[in-house]
Amino acid sequence: MFAQVIASGLLLGFVYSLVAIGLTLVWGVMDIINFAHGEFLMIAMYSAFWMYSLVNLDPLVSLPIVAVLVFGVGVLTYKLIIKRVIDAPGLTALLATFGLSLFIRNLAQFLWSPNYRFIGDCFVSDKKVMLGPVVVGLPQLVAAIGSIIMTLLVFYFIQRTKTGRAIQAAALDRNTAKLMGIDTEKVYALTFGLSGACVGVAGALMASFFPVSPDAGVLYSLLAFVIVALGGFGNISGALYGGLIIGLAEALGGYYIGTEFKYAIVFLIYLLVIQVRPKGLFGW
Amino acid sequence: MLKVKNLNTGYDNVPVIFDVSFEVNEGELVSIVGSNGAGKTTILRAISGLIRPFSGEIEFEGKRIDVMPAHEIVSLGIAHVPEGRHVFSKMSVRDNLLLGAYTIDSEAEIEKILKEVFEIFPRLKEREGQKAETLSGGEQQMLAIARGLMSRPKLLLVDEMSLGLMPILVDKVMEILKEISKRGITVLLVEQKVQEALEMADRAYVLQTGKIIGHGTGSELLTSDLVKKAYMGM
Repeated sequence: MFAQVIASGLLLGFVYSLVAIGLTLVWGVMDIINFAHGEFLMIAMYSAFWMYSLVNLDPLVSLPIVAVLVFGVGVLTYKLIIKRVIDAPGLTALLATFGLSLFIRNLAQFLWSPNYRFIGDCFVSDKKVMLGPVVVGLPQLVAAIGSIIMTLLVFYFIQRTKTGRAIQAAALDRNTAKLMGIDTEKVYALTFGLSGACVGVAGALMASFFPVSPDAGVLYSLLAFVIVALGGFGNISGALYGGLIIGLAEALGGYYIGTEFKYAIVFLIYLLVIQVRPKGLFGW
Repeated sequence: MLKVKNLNTGYDNVPVIFDVSFEVNEGELVSIVGSNGAGKTTILRAISGLIRPFSGEIEFEGKRIDVMPAHEIVSLGIAHVPEGRHVFSKMSVRDNLLLGAYTIDSEAEIEKILKEVFEIFPRLKEREGQKAETLSGGEQQMLAIARGLMSRPKLLLVDEMSLGLMPILVDKVMEILKEISKRGITVLLVEQKVQEALEMADRAYVLQTGKIIGHGTGSELLTSDLVKKAYMGM
């Protein structure tokens, strides 16, 4: 049973990690906390849902479309909102993204009603897989694998490509990045887009086993904040480990202490860690 | 090559530079000397586009650059080695150098420049894979200069490279700068260490509280009363 709990915790953890990586990217590069990150995830889930219910596209097929779509949402958010507030003093940027999150959530409620919607019958639905002694749901397994692939792609892009180096440079020192000939405006728009693509992939994967609703992103953005704080703000590998820790904590706590306490345990871990290491476990 | 005409600039509408004009000709090594707070760094920041002039013009090879964004100015052939080195601390020496060549698209060309730069800075070759923050101050200064060279600049702006370096290293980086100048790259050096900067410069300008109060060849200024009194305590 222990192995079973660990397995489901890890599977969940990889998805959490991907959502958190999207959040930490924007923070790391622009020092902006995007409160609308969870709403981007919700947009992704709805996109997958509508493509499923209107044109009968399986979420696994529509995934790249959703990723590109939410990439676009990220870029637009940067160009229309963030760009105007990025140099503003104090909490302006924070309030702007908070306002955006409320706007998107209420718009979704207005357009699509607050009802829960399900993708009832897709490729992965209701299938189970035996992994040695452990039985896991195929939707969760596919979500975890998809998240791992996207995480690796993000790592590769940031660490190994020229554009990725430019993103790192802009994150470390904006003015000096400009002196290298880097168009930091473009880098910022791209980073916001990439952050959107992360939740785009996560959302499309999750839509096959989570109910889709205007509030669907709220819990995940909260968890992503915890994970990012746990892993160290702006630290991508920190977000990966943080997501796994939170996934495991949720699964273990839920099983051994009680499902109703699983998030209490998650937030307790968070509170303990920031007492001891305010910069997060893997912070600089 | 570079013409600055009646430049007025500063930060948040606080003027720092008043009606400054000067020229740098191709192949020259020109110094702007002056004490801390005179506005030397501000002039360089205006040239490389990090701040805008309040009024006045900056021309590079006959083209007005004071209206261009910083990243486009780099592509024209101006590289700026900023004060305080500003290497990308968490990135490797190699990645820092590759970022310097950001405006160059051809991989083969980048490898070629990298080789040339390693010839001038063999120490950096040894440290290629290390994170920039693990380098000593002198090595970081060399990295900052090397990174500036990676864009194949026609004009290299060097800001206060003696800052925080011990005297023996100051001599060394000055030597390197002369070597770079010999290779045909025009250099505009801004420096607090007045004597060293004047000794190596073809021409120099003296900046005091945002105004140019004197100019001439390096050796003229070295023996001038103005400089002797103000900066050398003689």
